[in-house]
Amino acid sequence: MSTSVLYDAPGPRTKRRILIGSVIAGLLLLGVLALLALRLDKQHQFDIEKWAPLFDPSNEQFPLVWQRIGEALGNTLVAAGLAVVFSLVVGTLLAVTRVTAARWYRWAVVGVVELLRGVPVVIAIFFASRVLPQFGLDLEPLWFLVIGLTAYNSVVIAEIIRAGINSLPKGQGEAAESLGLRRGQVLSLVLLPQAFRAMLPALISQLVVVLKDTSLGFVISYEELVRVAGQIVQVLSNPIQVYLLIAVIFILINYALSRFAIFTERRLSQGKKAATATLSATDVAGAGTGGGG
Amino acid sequence: MNVIFDNFSLYRDGFLQTLKICAFAAIGSLVLGTLIAGFRVSPVPPLRWVGTSWVNVFRNCPLTVVLFFCAFGLPEIGVNGAYFWFGVTGLVLYTSAFVCEAVRSGINSVPAGQAEAARAVGLTFTQSLSTVVLPQALRTVVPPLGSVIIAMIKNSAIVGAFGVGGDLFAVGDTLTSSRGEAVLPVLIGVVLGYLVITIPGGLALGWLERKVAIAR
Repeated sequence: MSTSVLYDAPGPRTKRRILIGSVIAGLLLLGVLALLALRLDKQHQFDIEKWAPLFDPSNEQFPLVWQRIGEALGNTLVAAGLAVVFSLVVGTLLAVTRVTAARWYRWAVVGVVELLRGVPVVIAIFFASRVLPQFGLDLEPLWFLVIGLTAYNSVVIAEIIRAGINSLPKGQGEAAESLGLRRGQVLSLVLLPQAFRAMLPALISQLVVVLKDTSLGFVISYEELVRVAGQIVQVLSNPIQVYLLIAVIFILINYALSRFAIFTERRLSQGKKAATATLSATDVAGAGTGGGG
Repeated sequence: MNVIFDNFSLYRDGFLQTLKICAFAAIGSLVLGTLIAGFRVSPVPPLRWVGTSWVNVFRNCPLTVVLFFCAFGLPEIGVNGAYFWFGVTGLVLYTSAFVCEAVRSGINSVPAGQAEAARAVGLTFTQSLSTVVLPQALRTVVPPLGSVIIAMIKNSAIVGAFGVGGDLFAVGDTLTSSRGEAVLPVLIGVVLGYLVITIPGGLALGWLERKVAIAR
């Protein structure tokens, strides 16, 4: 129980008080919900024509709406998947150069990392779609979105991996060197595999950030969930219902991903109790929350 | 580069608008987030449920969806107001979930032995909370809370992109779309505007972190 720091184990009197408090809080909560429902009802938000196109298979718009949502979900997942793969590759390269390279070069990398970390993702995406065409790179909106997302997330992932490498016991690198492995081999055979393992939960949590950030594709007209939701709203004029549905889709996927991150974290820390500690997903939450919408 | 100097007043206004959004959103989300954190660690189960669902909803939902919900959903139920306030509301709701988690992890980071020792010495609940637990928790909260706020500053660009208007993002959009200025210099100007806030912010945070650091 997380409250153990703050409270004693409740005695009979406290238990009674907690019960009374629960009842009052529960009633208040119900009251707020009831008021909200009344308000919604008064504004005709429970009318069947607002909900039927989304949830009633016999409605004539139902198949079209869900076909669009299906496509949009596909687009969202594709963008997120590509962005994660590219961010992993670029992030690993950045982390490796930052750990191994000569000093002046390392400073250059640190500069780039700090710069990209300070730029809002939405601006990276927006300007990727404006700047790159001027250099002759006329791509689909998907690629501008992926480039923008990669620019930010590769930097975050680089930091995660660097933290992973630094969390390893020094003896690991020293032992590998004393065996006569070259620098690249020390990294690729000994340090990186362990760093990835230790950082797996944090990397999965970063997936949540990437998935949420794909919704920024709306600024460059990429047809992901949020943009398609906007198009549906224009036809059906039921914003509350549609955005609620989109929110539920995102929350379900992301909640599952976060549970998965916690699960891997437990698995990993069970596997090697005495060995290096796994850096938990929450340890780098600061990096994670850096992500935007 | 001239585009930055020629449009300096535009940039300045955009910068101030961004600051304004951030200031309102920071105050709102700190207050709301701390309140929700209080819910999450409260001994009363219904309040804990509210806190937990609040965090799960707003942390897993993209800010854009929250913003669209505020801007198009709220007028549907009869709440009308300026776009600016819908934007700020969305940002506050979204950020409060992260603030809540930062505060809660701070409270949880205080070792149970500290509170036990306080009780053993004979301090009352309020005394142990105000002289032992909270001072330690607040210090642990500073770094994550700082990064939450810096992330929020960057997220304010989304509020701008989404049509509140007048902030740094909107300035970049106006200059490149309707005036057809060269994109790269405009971009540099916009990015500088954010870096002026985030980099000193990060440095100040590091300083504060070292200042309040406690050895454990």
